[in-house]
Amino acid sequence: MSIVEFKKVTKRFGQVTILNEVDLSIEPGEKVVLIGPSGSGKSTLLRCINALEEINGGDLVVDGISVKAGGRMVRLIRQEAGMVFQQFNLFPQMTALENVAFGPRRVRGESRQNAQKLALEMLAKVGLADRAHHYPSELSGGQQQRVAIARALAVKPKLMLFDEPTSALDPELRHEVLRVMQALAEEGMTMIVVTHEMAFARKVGTRLIFMEGGKIAVDGEPRELLANPQNPRLKEFLQHVV
Amino acid sequence: MDFEWSVIWQALPELLKGARLTVLIALAGLAGGLVIGFAAGLARAYGNAVLNAIAFAYVELIRGTPIIVQVMFIYFALPILANVRIYPLAAAIMAIIVNAGAYIAEIVRGSFLSVHKGLREAGLALGLPLWKVLLYIIGPLAFRRMIPALGNQFIVSLKDTSLFIVIGVGELTRQGQEIMAANFRAVEIWSAVAMFYLIMTGALTLILRMTEKRMRIL
Repeated sequence: MSIVEFKKVTKRFGQVTILNEVDLSIEPGEKVVLIGPSGSGKSTLLRCINALEEINGGDLVVDGISVKAGGRMVRLIRQEAGMVFQQFNLFPQMTALENVAFGPRRVRGESRQNAQKLALEMLAKVGLADRAHHYPSELSGGQQQRVAIARALAVKPKLMLFDEPTSALDPELRHEVLRVMQALAEEGMTMIVVTHEMAFARKVGTRLIFMEGGKIAVDGEPRELLANPQNPRLKEFLQHVV
Repeated sequence: MDFEWSVIWQALPELLKGARLTVLIALAGLAGGLVIGFAAGLARAYGNAVLNAIAFAYVELIRGTPIIVQVMFIYFALPILANVRIYPLAAAIMAIIVNAGAYIAEIVRGSFLSVHKGLREAGLALGLPLWKVLLYIIGPLAFRRMIPALGNQFIVSLKDTSLFIVIGVGELTRQGQEIMAANFRAVEIWSAVAMFYLIMTGALTLILRMTEKRMRIL
């Protein structure tokens, strides 16, 4: 069974159609890389999956639950689909450890002790065990984003959504985030990544989707598509980003 | 003229009694005002259309009328409308609750909405219901930003208690007025009354300053 299934999903902001009857199935274990020009709907598509954006038409089923089921059901979807944001969005009043322990404690209802133990494991996994007691303002952008990944993982999601996770980072800080993402992919995590990192798409992606004008224009194997793009718009886009 | 210190010494017990009542009205009124203010402010910021409209009407009604009219209404008009007896002290506390609540509602709304929207999304994306996101993430951040504005409102409300002279509550200003009516020592008595208010607002300012210092504004 697909873990994410878009069925003619339409999303509008006022008069503007951002997603136009999108059909898309994603299977467990896939590493989908979403690319496209700005305004093409790739971030919106991602944000519809965990219902941060409400869809206006069609249906979208995540791990067997429709995003239109509302309330409790939407919260279940969000627990299964961890999200990492472009701007990290760490809770500034909490240390790295508290940020990561927050989900297990308040969402999964773990005891404080278990939540902290799990949080330390997750921080170790992203290479930041030694920064556990630092506040976000005391961490570099790359470290903040790794904490954000650990925070999402601590809720034990079945899939991970990445919304331009490296776009706000200096070039020399990107690789540390990408390395963590690659390690996660190697563990078998299902991942959907909006990014402009073509090297990551080539190395880690199992599927590349090029969006244009609210539709999926190209959908295929990353290495093939990047080496030999048939679609003229994709070809043009790749010339600009690489 | 001579400034007679003995007048003040003689008036001190009465003035202290008045000051105690002033503090009591202010504390009870502000405690209630905080509850109402948080409820109305959150309803304005996050409530559905109905809650939002109710809170909006309340805030506009109170902010749009003088507090003295509100006191008069509660003490003289409400008993007729609702056929209940209202004691002066109860009317005074009620007036502060209702009045401060409206201003605090705007302070609460503003500071909650000033917290970066991404933090709310991050909380929701973890699978939390909105109320938990507000309680654990947005609330603590908003609270820090509220403190200066809340301090202002506390001081205003404390001084507003002097208006209750009109309904015969024996608070500080009323006590001063009564002593003055007996001995005609206006300079000494009103100087002393002013000092009492300064001491009370000064203490409040100090407490707020310390609270602010203990919290990092984020």
